[in-house]
Amino acid sequence: MIWVIAGLAIWAIGWWSNVLLSRRPKTRATGLAVPAIFGITLILIWECMVRGLEISPVLLPPPSMIAARFGVSTGILWEDFVQTVIKGALSGYILGCGAAFLIAVLIDRFPFLQRGLLPVGNFVAALPIIGMAPILVMWFGFDWQSKAAVVVVMVFFPMLVNTVQGLQATDHMQRDLMRTYAASYGQTLLKLRLPAAMPFIFNGLKIATTLALIGAIVAEFFGSPIKGMGFRISTSVGQLALDLVWAEIVVAAVVGSAFYGGVALLEKAVTFWHPSQRG
Amino acid sequence: MAGLWHRLGPIVTVVIAIFVLWYAGTLALNAPWAQDKAKRAGVELSFSELVADTMSQKKPKLPAPHQVGQEIWKTTGEMVVKGRAFSKRSLLFHSTVTLSSTLLGFALGTALGIALAVGIVYNRTMDMSVMPWVIASQTIPILAIAPMIIVVLNAVGISGLLPKAVISMYLSFFPVVVGMVKGLRSPDHMQLDQMKTWNATSGQEFWKLRLPSSMPYLFTSLKIAMAASLVGAIVGELPTGAVAGLGARLLAGSYYGQTIQIWSALITAAALAAALVGLIGLMQTVVLKRMGMVR
Repeated sequence: MIWVIAGLAIWAIGWWSNVLLSRRPKTRATGLAVPAIFGITLILIWECMVRGLEISPVLLPPPSMIAARFGVSTGILWEDFVQTVIKGALSGYILGCGAAFLIAVLIDRFPFLQRGLLPVGNFVAALPIIGMAPILVMWFGFDWQSKAAVVVVMVFFPMLVNTVQGLQATDHMQRDLMRTYAASYGQTLLKLRLPAAMPFIFNGLKIATTLALIGAIVAEFFGSPIKGMGFRISTSVGQLALDLVWAEIVVAAVVGSAFYGGVALLEKAVTFWHPSQRG
Repeated sequence: MAGLWHRLGPIVTVVIAIFVLWYAGTLALNAPWAQDKAKRAGVELSFSELVADTMSQKKPKLPAPHQVGQEIWKTTGEMVVKGRAFSKRSLLFHSTVTLSSTLLGFALGTALGIALAVGIVYNRTMDMSVMPWVIASQTIPILAIAPMIIVVLNAVGISGLLPKAVISMYLSFFPVVVGMVKGLRSPDHMQLDQMKTWNATSGQEFWKLRLPSSMPYLFTSLKIAMAASLVGAIVGELPTGAVAGLGARLLAGSYYGQTIQIWSALITAAALAAALVGLIGLMQTVVLKRMGMVR
């Protein structure tokens, strides 16, 4: 009972301090503190409620138990991380985004292809591509190559559509100016159109980060060697070792956020001139 | 006519090219097995025999489009003709299972998304504390924890439609929140000031200005949400032991190497996604036209 009361008290304190903080003028410090307090409050309430209401750890382990498990099994987690993230997701991400980028530049030269591939690409981007996973696992075997292939297929179309759109983002005046400078196709591409396309390209890259992780993990549900985050999650659920599952989720969340954040930082450095970055 | 060709011609060309590539891929991928079989039987295959064999294998590496088409017809149209439209072998049955959890998840996700967006727009504390977490929540590969959600909810005694719908909901609420926050904030200062001069209450401001001007944003996000919701429903069906649904067909097909079955489930899922997204697109056109917002 004492835990439940503590949980409610923490909730009240967290809520109250956030209301106070958000009334003050918005600075960098409050901008970081408010979501941080919100997150910490949630975790503490979770801990208190699980203990207070005596929820079985088989259903929902408390955060402290997950942290303890995380500390004990760093070896397994690291092995899974290398297998799924580095070998599967990252190689697929680089291959898929790179191929989509090159093909987009090619398409851009031929308006006929553009008018044909863009609607089809848009259509395919809305399809449940993750369903390709069992087929690709059959073709490329159980190891990381099939995971990378799933990731390639998943990130390809969003990246393609965004890059093609970005390459069209220059207006007539700018292209006319390049013409009056007697710029060649290559010069126009490198000095005007690619820089102008960067916000779109980064949008595609950011969408692709989440898709890459999802693709690599879900593909492991269809067959995997005895390591990998998706494999560990599905087998540990079967063994009701939910603390290990949650530890894997923490890894996935941290990796996902770091991956996204890294691309966002890169975007900030490359597209510093764009209105959305200057604000 | 020329205008129509200008628009559709390239698309038709690309689609035809995809089919040509598909047939070529069928030939290339299935040839080794056909050659192998012929060698063991001690016969030499002519090219036309080889083509015929690669197009009609029982468990091909890549089934030909017409094989997939036949399988889909066999499990939908023919079942209807036989009057067993919803037997367990029918893709119609599996599609409706997936469709129902997709739609339930989509409805829940849209409701949650709009509620959160209204809260974020009207409450500064929520804006500052919840919005960063909404964005962070999407960098987590939620599909990865789908099995756990299903198992845990099952253990609590909730089974069937709801656990799958929860996963769909989680995937579909995000685009709605982001789109609606943008949409509800899209009226500019002039318009808001105008409402103030008319002495409008905040309720009137919401119903008459903010909500109507958010509609274009809402429909764009709904399309993304619907596609995401279908993916959620399909992945949600994987860990339930492949009982029913398109995801279950995929899993069962991959267990038993029934490639034709996998592809037909995949194509059906694609058609379902296209139909659902197209339906929202249609609603978008009608609603925006009646509101006078179509360019």
